[in-house]
Amino acid sequence: MIMDFKELIPQKIKENLANLNFEQSEYRDELTLYFDKKDIVKVCNFLKKDPVLEFLLCEDITAIDWARRKNRFTVVYHIFSLKNKFRLRLKADVDEEECSIDSVSSVWRTANWQEREVYDMYGIGFNNHPDLRRMYMPEEFEHYPLRKDFPLMGIPGSLTLPKKEE
Amino acid sequence: MEKLNKEDVHPKILEALLNTETDLTVDDTLENEMILNMGPQHPATHGVLRVLLRLDGETIIASVPELGYLHRGYEKMAENMSYHEFIPHTDRLDYLAPLSNNVAWVLAVEKLVGIEAPPRAQYIRMIVAELSRVASHLVAIGALAMDVGALTVFLWTLREREKILDIWDIICGARFTNSYTRIGGVANDAQPEALQKVKWFIDQFEENLEEAERLINTNRIFVERLDGIGVISKEDAIDLGLTGPSLRGSGVEFDLRRVTPYLFYNEMDFKIPVYTEGDSLARYFVRVDEARESIKIVRQVLDKMPAGETLLNQPKKVLPKKAEVYSKMEELIHDFMIVNFGINPPVGEVYSAIENPKGELGFYLVSKGEGRPWKCKIRSPSFINLQSIPHLVKGHMISDVVAIIGSLDPVMGEADK
Repeated sequence: MIMDFKELIPQKIKENLANLNFEQSEYRDELTLYFDKKDIVKVCNFLKKDPVLEFLLCEDITAIDWARRKNRFTVVYHIFSLKNKFRLRLKADVDEEECSIDSVSSVWRTANWQEREVYDMYGIGFNNHPDLRRMYMPEEFEHYPLRKDFPLMGIPGSLTLPKKEE
Repeated sequence: MEKLNKEDVHPKILEALLNTETDLTVDDTLENEMILNMGPQHPATHGVLRVLLRLDGETIIASVPELGYLHRGYEKMAENMSYHEFIPHTDRLDYLAPLSNNVAWVLAVEKLVGIEAPPRAQYIRMIVAELSRVASHLVAIGALAMDVGALTVFLWTLREREKILDIWDIICGARFTNSYTRIGGVANDAQPEALQKVKWFIDQFEENLEEAERLINTNRIFVERLDGIGVISKEDAIDLGLTGPSLRGSGVEFDLRRVTPYLFYNEMDFKIPVYTEGDSLARYFVRVDEARESIKIVRQVLDKMPAGETLLNQPKKVLPKKAEVYSKMEELIHDFMIVNFGINPPVGEVYSAIENPKGELGFYLVSKGEGRPWKCKIRSPSFINLQSIPHLVKGHMISDVVAIIGSLDPVMGEADK
């Protein structure tokens, strides 16, 4: 069943979403599909709403900073199909120059906070996000801690302390 | 709790609070509305969670949870230390079930490296993971009861949890931050006296749990404070990404031990408790039933557990035993290499998730073939579960917020990472 499913997903995407380029890879029995960042909402919508696939649960959204690569960031989505008991990984590259990608929070509401976390940690903007604020760091913080050029010890003085009342 | 003026709240948070779509209307906005600050130092928020509430009288119109007061940057730290070094740090994520986190981490790394622990080690991991689930649920049940005013239950469930901590003390020498698992096995074999104590514990546990249950299950105050409070439908729960008891309380039979079996859970006979009401009371019942099922699993593991090694014989990937490091040259060299340069998994990426007491705890690891992970993402269940707070508390009273947070059972160590 699961072996079929790994072939079924790319096949279904090809059938239903014409002129959409993607690559696929597999490592340790986990299927990964690479998309162009402009297609991500379309693909997610399809994967969620297709009656056979039904990827209803968005487990995780995160990003990878490749530091010196041309497309510096990769946004990674892990989605799960409760019906088919199958986990799929989606990826889309994001450039540092144009550091934003469309938000999937209209597809899965849980993406709201997960995208906020990615924005907070990597500085990747999410277009059409309903409430794009920092998740963990204070709003005044200027840096993005999980970027590879942010030092492990932090930047002294970058975190403003609240004023003491007299 | 304190009343806030508009200038006390950061403009962006205020915007989020006021722009929230709400179907509740207020006669006169200026007259009736109030912004109330709950936390981060509040006994009922189970840690340093801050919730801003927009109120009309005592009814909540909208709320905005604020996280990050316990943010320690574990993902950044993981990128700067070897896979072995990170094991103690997983204790500090969900600090009510440290052993479960240890198991999750080593399973992810083992998947990345491509090794598997010996059967006895895997059975021991199942025992400790299930016992930590019981321990965590006992705290959740007791704290929830305490939040709604029943103090005795907390003392009784903590007494049971104390027995589990004593077992952990024998098994690995630490009661709380255990760091017991190792990549490729566990730190040491479970001693006969520890297994004996486990047996003693599971024999007496159900009676004691029932005793605690009898205090509250038919208690009118307890039931009425939870029944119909914080209802979330099946569709909303999946859409908001809830996992664990919170999702199963809404009628979705989703348990990673069944859905994507790891360790030897596919050999075990256990039920997945599911309640369809989706309210705080249902989430409480799921936890109580799950504690019972966990005991059932532990009993089966004790029967099935084979003898044998508890650490894989793979010198390049698995830390050797301390006694051998001191007495043998080969092991000393391997120990030196692993400690200083790490285990260098092949280039690749894995996502590995287990069913933690709070929900799905996943680790996403990207390796570039170095001793340290290039990227480590912790998918923590509490963080995602907390996102449902604005949905759950809308239209309820302030005192219900306490019950709802208690029924979600968040641990801020994990939510803030």
